[in-house]
Order: sequence, then structure tokens, then C-alpha cells
Amino acid sequence: MYPIVLLGLITTFVLNIFDWDTNKLYFKMVQFDNYAVAFTAVIIVIAFLWFIMAEGFFKEESNQTDYFALVLFSLVGAVIMVSYSNMAMLFLGIEILSIPMYILAGSNKTDISSNEAAFKYLIMGAFATGFLLFGIALIYGATGSFDLSGIAAAVTNGRAISSIFYVGVLLMLVGMAFKVSAAPFHFWAPDVYQGAPTVITAFMATIVKTAAFAAFLRLFSATFMSVSGTWMHVVWIMAALTLLVGNITAVMQSSTKRMLAYSSVAHAGYMLLALLAGNSYSNNAILFYAAAYSVGSIATFSIVNMITKSKGTDTVDSFNGLGKSNPLLAVVMTIALLSLAGIPPTAGFFAKYYIFTSAFVAGNVALVLIAIIASLIGVYYYFRIIIAMFFKHSSDETIAVESNHKLLLIVIAIAIIALGLMPDCIISLL
Amino acid sequence: MITLLLILFPLVASLLLFFVKGQQVKNIALGAAIIEFAIAIFALSQFKQDASMQFVWNSAWVQSMGITFHVGIDGISMLLVLLTTFLVPVIILTSFKNEHKNPSAFYALILFMQMALIGVFVSLDGFLFYVFWELALLPIYFICLLWGGEDRARITFKFFVYTLAGSLFMLGGLIYLYLHTPGTHSFNIDAIYAAGRGMDVVHQGYVFWAMFIAFAIKMPIFPFHTWQPDTYTTAPTQGTMLLSGIMLKMGTFGLVRWLLPIAPLGVEHYANIAIGLAVIGIVYASCIAIVQKDFKRLIAYSSIAHVGLIAAGILSMNVQGVQGGMIQMLSHGVNVVGLFFIVDIIQRRTNTREIQSLGGIRNVNPQFAVLFLFILLGSVALPLTNGFVGEFLLLNGLFQHNAWIAAFAGLSVILGAVYMLRSYQSIMLGETNSITSSFAPLEKSEKVVLLIICAAVIAFGVFPKPLLDISGPAVDQLVQGVQAALGK
Repeated sequence: MYPIVLLGLITTFVLNIFDWDTNKLYFKMVQFDNYAVAFTAVIIVIAFLWFIMAEGFFKEESNQTDYFALVLFSLVGAVIMVSYSNMAMLFLGIEILSIPMYILAGSNKTDISSNEAAFKYLIMGAFATGFLLFGIALIYGATGSFDLSGIAAAVTNGRAISSIFYVGVLLMLVGMAFKVSAAPFHFWAPDVYQGAPTVITAFMATIVKTAAFAAFLRLFSATFMSVSGTWMHVVWIMAALTLLVGNITAVMQSSTKRMLAYSSVAHAGYMLLALLAGNSYSNNAILFYAAAYSVGSIATFSIVNMITKSKGTDTVDSFNGLGKSNPLLAVVMTIALLSLAGIPPTAGFFAKYYIFTSAFVAGNVALVLIAIIASLIGVYYYFRIIIAMFFKHSSDETIAVESNHKLLLIVIAIAIIALGLMPDCIISLL
Repeated sequence: MITLLLILFPLVASLLLFFVKGQQVKNIALGAAIIEFAIAIFALSQFKQDASMQFVWNSAWVQSMGITFHVGIDGISMLLVLLTTFLVPVIILTSFKNEHKNPSAFYALILFMQMALIGVFVSLDGFLFYVFWELALLPIYFICLLWGGEDRARITFKFFVYTLAGSLFMLGGLIYLYLHTPGTHSFNIDAIYAAGRGMDVVHQGYVFWAMFIAFAIKMPIFPFHTWQPDTYTTAPTQGTMLLSGIMLKMGTFGLVRWLLPIAPLGVEHYANIAIGLAVIGIVYASCIAIVQKDFKRLIAYSSIAHVGLIAAGILSMNVQGVQGGMIQMLSHGVNVVGLFFIVDIIQRRTNTREIQSLGGIRNVNPQFAVLFLFILLGSVALPLTNGFVGEFLLLNGLFQHNAWIAAFAGLSVILGAVYMLRSYQSIMLGETNSITSSFAPLEKSEKVVLLIICAAVIAFGVFPKPLLDISGPAVDQLVQGVQAALGK
């Protein structure tokens, strides 16, 4: 199964590239414009890296095929979420993505926290979907259309819109904020991320987040931009809260997995900055940020996974002395953490820089200042791991790393630096 | 092309060093650093002594954002490139008697740092400058973290966050300037200059503070200095030398290359506050240095005093001040490396840095006493040593700005003599005690380093003209441009 899946992903990637600049519209439901192609490409590349990282996860299971199917279904949902042109497809995409994730989060059947994660994710996810559907219904009631362009036209043609439209926009905002785990709708994320098996957490933190942001941006930047007065202030406050809550709470965590969960919340805050800016930089900013953040996260989660497997715990102390016992893991982890913290010359730095520029252009100077302070707080907890790896000592033995994982980590480290040095290959796309 | 070579050679050497095993890596690192110095000397021989930007390399980097890989050397950059390439081999040589664990990483990080430092000094693109600026922070952080002394994790982390915070302010300032460049925006240094000068005094004031804080933290200037004494004391000797000898010059260089030309009105408007802080720092740090018991810490504080004078001179925005700043950057770099090496020599032989417990080393090792004295005299700016030239010009420039401030800053000369001569007296003179009686003679590598530094101290004290000529035209042009922007 495993090689077939990898081969399939490569094929999909190539086919996807052929759709560049064609702007195909399928049944007025799915529009494969360059935005969709670019985000699909990023998602497939991340999925490829993720599959290599997750090989062990599939091998351990008795019924591998089920898991492959679930993950691939989820990927289908992600692709629909970045390419929809109709509210119905948005809803379907989110559900196709989410339902397999509910199951996968609980795939560690004997572990009570995994069960809790699945249940929590399901309840919270269903709740968010409720908001989303209610919002879609109200918007349909006000504009008479599910189609994005139809809604945009109804809003801009000057006709007085019923006030339920604005309620609908805000309800959809709540639903989307749940999916991207923006504060104050982030409470599910740390528990679910910590309880789920680490590879599934990595999937949620990277692919699910990228797809959710692409969907969020597609909806709000194109369709709801003309009523930006309704939601701008709300998103402003959400972005500030997400940045501060995510980063400050992450500082207090001793479990690295939970720390990364909060850091994932915090990164949603940075991406909200670009969403809020709503200018020509926004699309590229979110695309690049999602790519940079996802690549870095795959590396960190993969190393946390190895540490947890060999030492049975994922506290910061379990990283002690890794610089001596496993220099490769320590160096790649350092590069990935520097990227997440936004230090040049890594991809994470350029991603943050680009987001800050877009926010500056939009005049959100105060938010940029908050983001700068949040980044400094971020440095604190990322560096705790770096200091543990290189400064503290432990007598733990070398962790055996399979050669394909070694290769994966080296490729990721190179990719992080290459994206940081040559960001033009992504940011000039959209 | 040669500028590119100056950046790439240490980078390649550093990457290769990671794969060399054993203590022989020292020799390879030293060889690489000497070749780099030879490249810099070759650049100097090709250098035309005028104000133009030479050896320019300009290639596209991030085209969609108007970011270029644009580097070049003028007189101001040339001096600092010479300083960096001169000091790095010296610093590597000082480590020959230290057995560092994991030496390949240690030397690779030093050369990586050299790459970033040269990058800072030759960048002609705002974004590139920022990237090199931050890049210089990573290797020194790891050098201090991995090979430093007691409590290093906490202290180096404070240093990292402190300087990173400053840098982010600068990044904000640079983005702000970038968005004020015409058309599709550009980070080109001339476009940034024009954007800054096109602003009114209020907006130039914002830019001034955003950049000044970054530079002030790096140098450091009072009240942003609190990271410095601990970091200098805890860092391994070579780390301290890199920090004080070269890295601190990033801040003073930033003032000359970026702050003065971008925001002349802002500098003029806030000059008295900024110079005031620098001068308070001079006196404050000197007073603290007088009461220090730890010799390494004493030199750390003396460094705050010296750099405060450099900053004050540059911020007075006249030819003497800026030129004095340039020369003093060089002298201070050479002298402070010499002083920290003396601390290292003493510490390795006696296992202490406490001034009071030492004494009478001269009786045991007169040769060392003489060499120490030369470096010390350079540091207290005795005429005919290198420290005098820069200090004289700096005080002269400051005097033109404001006679009272200059008089106050002049205290640094007196106070500097007090703490340096007093510590020399109690370390080197007097009765030999049990700790110092077995003070071993100097090793060959130590002698070489001390002789090189003493030679530099005297040569550039007696004959400073070649150095003044390198940066002179560029400084003249820069100050004229600034004065024109001020409408004078």
C-alpha cells in the first residue's frame, strides 16, 4: 500500500501543476484557479513528507488500509477546501476533512487521552460546523445564492442587504475561527493535539491548518471584503488574542507536544494578520507562511515522536543531551525551531517578515507591535528546547533513527533554509 | 566580485570545518582566517582612496519584494572589513592553548560569524543588512552557550532576547522606510536614504528611535547595557573577543552607515538625548569599573565607556566626530581583544581573575608585564598609541557639538586611567604572592598574539595617516550629505 500512496501523491502533484493558469471551473462548484493550484501543491508536498514521517504509524496497525483510506479522504477534503466556489462545497470539504480526523485522533484505542481527544474534537467540531451551517443558511436567505461570485455580486450591486446577512458573516467567522483554532475558539486544540497520536497531531497542525486558512482567506478576502467593516474589528481582536494567548500559554507547558500545540495556535495568529490586511500581499503571505510553518512542524513533530517512542515521555527534559547523543536530530530540531521562532535565514523568518509587511501596508501598526512582542515570547519557549539539547546533559543512549527518517529530516532542514534564502519561488506565485 | 569572495570564503571554510575531526582543526581554521585576511589586503591594494563605492556586486534576490544581494566596499566598510579579517586570525590564535571540546564546531562557528560580520559591513540593501545582522547573532549565541562559563544558559539567553528585541525594532523601522520608497518599493540603500530624508522631523524621529534602540543595545549604550557585563564575563575568551572586538562595531557602524544618512533631522532633533545617554554611560560605566573586583568584568565595563564615547562622537554629526568614531572602532577592537587575552593568560595560569588576589607578576615575568603595559596604554589613550588618535578626534567632534557635554565626556580619559592603572598596579606590581609566584613564561603563540597587538597599538599611534586616508573621503561625503539634508 505504502509505495502506491506515495506514487499516487507524486502523480497528483504533477497533474495539479498542469492545471496552472487554466482556471478551470467544474460544475460551478469547484474552481481550480492559481490560488487553488498553489495551495493544493503545498498540501500535497506536505502530505508526502508527512507520509514518510508516519510510516511507522501505519506499520504498527493491523488494518493499515483503513488508515490509508481515512488519511486520503481527509486530503480530498483539504483539496476541496482550497478550491471551492460554492458554499455547499466549502461545507462538504470541511466535513470530508474533519470526519476522518475525528476517527484518526482516537486511533490509539487503548489510550484514554486519545479517546478523549477524538471525542472532544468531534463535539467541538460538530459545534463549529453548526455555526458554519447556520451562517451559510442566513447568507443564502439574504442573497439567494450559495455561489461565491453570486454572493459577492449581491453584496456589491448596491441593493440594500438584509441585516441577517451580517449575522451570517459573523457566524461563519466563528465557524472558521474554530477550524483554524484562533482564540477565543482555540480551547479544543491543545487537548486534541496532545491526546491524538503524534503523527496525527502533525497532520492536524500542518495540512488541516493550511487547508482551513486557505478556505478562510478565500471566503473572506474575495466574498466578504466589501462588508469588511462588519468583521475587521472582530478579527483584529481575535488576532491579538491568539498571538498573546498562544505564545504566553506555550511558555508554561512542560510537555513539548502541548507546547507545540499552543505554538500552533500562536501561528494561526500571525496568519490572521495577513487575512486582516486584505491586500495584494495577503494570498502570498498566507501561502508562504503555511508552507514554512508546515515544513518546520513536520520536523519538530517527527522528532518529538521519536523522542516519545524511545524515552516514553515528551517533556522538555527528555531532550536533554540530544546534541551529544543524536547530533543530527538536534541540529535539524534547532533549524526547525529557529524557523518557527522566525530567525533568519530560515523560512520562518521570511514568512513573518512578509506577514508584517502586509500588515504594515494595511496600517495595522499596533498589531505588528503585538506580533513582535509575541515573537519574542515565542523565542523563549522554542529556545528552552534548544538549551536542553545542547546545554543540559543526560546519560540517555543514542536513539536509533531509520535511514528514511534521516533522509526526511535532512531534506526538511535544507528546505527550511532554501525557502528562507529563495522565497521568490513561492511568493511570486499568486 | 572580491566582496562576494570575502563573504563566501569564510562561509565555505566554516561548512568544511564541521567535518574535520580532532584538534588539528585549529590550524586549518587559522589558515582559512589568514587567507581571508590576505584577500582583504588584496582588496585594500586595489582600493581607490576616494568616496566611491567599490567592488560592487549587485544581483537580484527576492525580485518581487525589491530585495537585492547588493554589496560593496567604500572607505567606511574597508576599515571594518580590515578590522574583522585582522582580528579573527588573532582570535583563533589566542585559542591555541585552550582545549575546547568539540573543536570543529567551535572554529566553524567563529568563521561563520566572520562571514556574517563582513556581510553586515558591506551590505548595500536594507533587507540584506538585517539578515546578516541577525545571522551574526546565531553563532555567537551558540559559542557562548556551548563553551561559556557558569550560569551561561540564563545569561546568554538574556543576551539573545535583548538583542533580538532591538533588531525587531530595527526591522520595523526598515519596513516602514521600505514602504515609503517610490514605485514598487525597494530596499536599495539609496532608495532607503531618499525615503528617510523625504520624511518630516516627526517621522524621522520614529525611524531614529526604531534604529537607535537596535544599535544602542548592540553596542551597548546606557541604559540598554544590562546584558553586557554578564555576557562578556561568562562567554569563553574567544566569544568575548568576538563580541567586544567586532560585534559591538555593528552597532556603531549602523549609526554611520544607516542612521545618520537616513534620518538626519531625527538625529539632530534627539541628538542631545542620545548623546546624553551615551555620556552618562561613559561616566557610569567608568565608575563601576573602578570598583570591580573581577578583571574581566572591569574590562567589560571599560568597553561600555569606550563605546559610549564612539557613539557620542558619531552622533555629533561632524567630520571629526564620525572620523574619530571610525578610527576608534579599530583601536578599541584591537585593544580590547588584547586586554581580554591578557585576562585569559592570567586566568589560565592562576585560576583567578580577582584583581586583589593577584600581584607581583612583573617580578616573575617582566616580558609579559611590558606587553601588557603597551596594550594598557593604548586603552587609556596615551599619545603615540592608537587609542589617542580616535579619542582626540572624538572629543574634538563632541566639543564642536557642545562644549559642556565634551567636558563631561572627557572624564572618561581620567577615569579610564584610574581604573586601568590601578588594576595594573595591583595585578602586576607589588609583592609576588603564592598564587602568582609560579606564573609560567609565555608560550610561543601567546607571544605572537601579544606582539602583533602591541605592534598595532604603536604603529597606528605613531602613524595613523594611512587609516585616516582610507575612510576620510567617504566620511567627508557622508557628513556633507547629512549637513545638506539638514539645510546647513
